[in-house]
Amino acid sequence: MSASDGVLVRVKDVDKVFHRGSEEIHVLSGLNLEVAKGEFLALMGPSGSGKSTLLNLMGGLDRATNGTVEIGGERIDAMSDRQLAAWRARHVGLVFQFYNLLPVLTAERNVELPLLLTALSKAERRQHVETALTAVGLTQRSRHYPRQLSGGEQQRVGIARAIITDPTILLCDEPTGDLDRKSGDEILGLLQALNREHDKTIIMVTHDPHASARAKRIVYLDKGQLFKEKPE
Amino acid sequence: MKFLFLIWSNLKRKKLRTILTLLSVLVAFVLFSLLSALKLALAGGVVMADANRLIVRHRVSFIQPLPYAYMARMARIPGVSAISHTTWFGGIYQDPKNQFGTFPVEPDLFLPMNPEIILPESQKEAWLKTRTGAIVGRRLAERFKWKIGDRVPLTSPFVQSKSGGAWEFDIVGIYDGAKKTTDTSGFFFRYDYFNEARSYGTGLVGWYQVRVNDPKQATEVAAAIDAEFANSPAETKAETEGAMFQGFAQQIGDIGTIVTAILGAVFFTILLVAGNTMAQSVRERTQELGVLKAVGFTNELVLGVVLSESLVISVLGGLAGLAFGWLVVTGLAQAGFIRQYFPLFFIPERDLIIGAVLALALGFVAGILPALQAMRLRLAEALRREG
Repeated sequence: MSASDGVLVRVKDVDKVFHRGSEEIHVLSGLNLEVAKGEFLALMGPSGSGKSTLLNLMGGLDRATNGTVEIGGERIDAMSDRQLAAWRARHVGLVFQFYNLLPVLTAERNVELPLLLTALSKAERRQHVETALTAVGLTQRSRHYPRQLSGGEQQRVGIARAIITDPTILLCDEPTGDLDRKSGDEILGLLQALNREHDKTIIMVTHDPHASARAKRIVYLDKGQLFKEKPE
Repeated sequence: MKFLFLIWSNLKRKKLRTILTLLSVLVAFVLFSLLSALKLALAGGVVMADANRLIVRHRVSFIQPLPYAYMARMARIPGVSAISHTTWFGGIYQDPKNQFGTFPVEPDLFLPMNPEIILPESQKEAWLKTRTGAIVGRRLAERFKWKIGDRVPLTSPFVQSKSGGAWEFDIVGIYDGAKKTTDTSGFFFRYDYFNEARSYGTGLVGWYQVRVNDPKQATEVAAAIDAEFANSPAETKAETEGAMFQGFAQQIGDIGTIVTAILGAVFFTILLVAGNTMAQSVRERTQELGVLKAVGFTNELVLGVVLSESLVISVLGGLAGLAFGWLVVTGLAQAGFIRQYFPLFFIPERDLIIGAVLALALGFVAGILPALQAMRLRLAEALRREG
């Protein structure tokens, strides 16, 4: 994946309309956004402003009603479902507010999930899992189930799962939203380290100013529009 | 194979529910096994029937005898290549509950007519030389621990001996079956000994076995035999062995239809149980299925994972049910009343294969709708849902 002009994410003239019965809800309207490679961007805005919707479009989890979404030079809005799934597996790491770990799997099995889609051998997968869990400081808890872990630990597992395939972009949807301040700070520190030391491009949705302060750039979303400054 | 842990972990999610579903599938397949053995037992004769053998009996009923003299007249009918005869003796050994198939026959007619009976040449010669000689099937010999040289006294509720006492027989041969479906629980002794020693009915036989040259002409030959003895004091009814045994079985009812109806009802119920389990399982983990898709699982792969869970339950339950059913049937086959009345009591290999295919089909049908539902989940919506 390449971005010759340094721009990794290019969202252009994007509309997103949801239908509720006969009612049309315009969540995003003619939205444009560019994110450079290696950037740590915080996407802020009130509830219902379209932050998560925009994140979903950039992660290939949903499709825009109009407009284009280009990641690393690839038009993901033009991909088929199957192509998009393969693209997500290779290029996107997702971190969710409520961790979204599979409760029936141990921490290491949760982290291993994306690797099942690769051609790696069992031993290689084990090796990668160990590396990822080491990176988030959770090797001692690898055999624990999510219910046996604290919120902060579960989010670390979530991050390990997100980085296991060494994705091009890390999309985080309120990653500290369900954590206390201390755990939240640890997670933010981890994301910062991934950005600084491993040059990971991170886009983080949050409405916590404390969290957004860790990002290199902040953009605000309100009523489907982007603002460089927090709108009044 | 690398997805196996994921499938297995999902099945362990609600252990009690999975176990109960497995048990319900298992019980259905145990029933399948038992009914399969019962079907064979009741229609066993049809399985053993030879396509080019006719049975000729008294037109009124099987218990009415036919004259021995009919044999020579039947031999002259075009299309008939060989004839043998037999008579129901109903021999009892020691205790009235030990009654088994006991028949007087002419060895040199009977053995060529029934090639499925495998008897060593030396034992055949001994039978021809010994007037009181009898050959017994391996299964019967094992049941009573008989061996060659034993003298066996039998009584009959139907045929009294002139002496009024028990009939004495010398075991001269133990026969095996050419096929698994050959009945080896029979007891055959010489007709000349029987005919001379019986107190009444001399010169009569129970029924005839007639071999025809061409199985395609069996119906025509049967009609010719019946025509030969029409308007005589002992009119005949000739039919193929298969038709006769089928007729016997249908006196109880259409076994095949009854068994199919019972199994149909059972499997339909199990289908609903297993289908409901899978549907509930998919509903409960909508968000998790969304996560799988989010990390890159394709829709088809998600379908495969969910469908595999259904297949694993069904195949595990089905195979365990077939295995357990096989054990039960094998155990029952040793029971006295089964050995006495149902010489063929086992699960045919064909039915075991059908059972395995049925288990797969059950898993597929029960799982396909929930799997399609999982496949069609819209990713962003699935992630938003709580479950």
